[in-house]
Amino acid sequence: MTNQDEHKAGIGGMINPRRYGIERVAYLLMRLSGLGLLAYFIGHIYETSTILKGQVGWNEFLELTQTNAGHAILAIVIAMCVFHTVNGIRVMLGHGGVGVGKPARPDYPYIPASQNIRHKIGIYSAIILAAIAMMYGLAVMFGE
Amino acid sequence: MRESIIMKIHYGTALAAVALVAVHILMRLTQGFAESLEYDSVIANYKFIPYAGMLEIILILLSIHGFNGLRVILLELKQGRTYEKAVSYGCVVAMIALIAYGSRTIIMVNTGMT
Amino acid sequence: MAQTSLAEENASIPLSSSQSITLRIARYNPEHDSAKKFMEFNVPYEKWTTVLEAILEVKKHFDHSVAVRYSCRQATCGSCGMIINGKPRLACFTKISELNSNVITVEPMNNFPIIRDLAVKFERLFDTHHKVKPYLIRDDTEITTNTKEFLQSPEELEQYIQFSNCIKCGLCNSACPTMATDSSFVGPQALAQAYRYVADSRDKGKDDRLKIIDDSHGIWRCHFAGSCSQVCPKGVDPAMGIQLLRGYMLGFRS
Repeated sequence: MTNQDEHKAGIGGMINPRRYGIERVAYLLMRLSGLGLLAYFIGHIYETSTILKGQVGWNEFLELTQTNAGHAILAIVIAMCVFHTVNGIRVMLGHGGVGVGKPARPDYPYIPASQNIRHKIGIYSAIILAAIAMMYGLAVMFGE
Repeated sequence: MRESIIMKIHYGTALAAVALVAVHILMRLTQGFAESLEYDSVIANYKFIPYAGMLEIILILLSIHGFNGLRVILLELKQGRTYEKAVSYGCVVAMIALIAYGSRTIIMVNTGMT
Repeated sequence: MAQTSLAEENASIPLSSSQSITLRIARYNPEHDSAKKFMEFNVPYEKWTTVLEAILEVKKHFDHSVAVRYSCRQATCGSCGMIINGKPRLACFTKISELNSNVITVEPMNNFPIIRDLAVKFERLFDTHHKVKPYLIRDDTEITTNTKEFLQSPEELEQYIQFSNCIKCGLCNSACPTMATDSSFVGPQALAQAYRYVADSRDKGKDDRLKIIDDSHGIWRCHFAGSCSQVCPKGVDPAMGIQLLRGYMLGFRS
């Protein structure tokens, strides 16, 4: 059965963050930051291996990263790293059943206890901390 | 391996990596960002065995966590026996290759083989 | 799978109002259509008119061939789930007036194969539901001679009663981001039901169920996005059930 036959929402439906609140935005950012960090990590391992070429090789590669574009990329990496860490801890706690509320007889209008303010604060904190870390990173890199 | 064991490893590597990467970043900031990236400073870091050991552990932790995360995303994108096997084995191979490549740098610099 | 007899029965109560909306209905027959297309109808409504009633109005006055599944009209049977203005909802439980829009677009639920127009196949949802053994598992039975009923305290009942409200409407599976691409995922509906039985003090099948959902397309493919809970029309909160269930697997609960 193809995706068309199954009427799957597909990748577009998976990444669409507009309909289901901040939790779905966090889900998308978690994925994107994870992929971004893996790409950076692979690049970083390659980048640091240039030290085997001696001082000249190291400095040549370092110059490539010490540009405005290089600093901007590193600032984005810092933001992704902080968001992925803080939101990851929130998600991990949630996965263990921490902070998701207690089962109880639901009353109309059925506000889901798992989508509570603690988790929303966690998500907003992750975003704000990521922004602060990115700005700090930019200040350190461009301040020199 | 059961998925629950894989995911426990995923969570464990994440928590351990957070602590160690924080130390790694602090080392850059306490020395001054630009100074800490100078050739002699980096070589000194690699030659300091506890720090080199920490880099090796970070390399292993993040490779496991990163490639398992990639495996999860890819398994959710498409299904099929052959595809899923290819994804799982592909991620393990990539993980081992990255660890090997990174370890080579750490060991060679640490032992002065540059 | 249109219920024509009920639609005709309804025809005796025509909707008449000064207010009207444009109802856009997705039309698609997988047997001969290559893509979904939309038909627009101008439908009068009152403040209490539901989307289902508007669809039935279209069937009555404009186009009888619109396929829609429905039965109870009171959010109990779980038949009339569909995407209404971009979000999975029960058509009988969604009033037009609460959507705050002059255009209402109805489409078949995502992540379910389409039978025709708004009617979708539920086979996979029922299969995954069945897969998690949605019944009490224990060696003895209360129907054997000389045995008593299985007693349960109100506190023990509270642990799972919320999750037994599930009407199998499929809205949670339609909203789930993992189900958007993963055809093998068990899904929030079945996982919440697994928790419903695992948390039942009368049940002894916890290990069985945890084993069933502990595979590469099982519980670990839930990433706690919570969309399932946001669309549940019965307050089941599948996301909570799934995380509590995972708590057993991670050793946070016993």
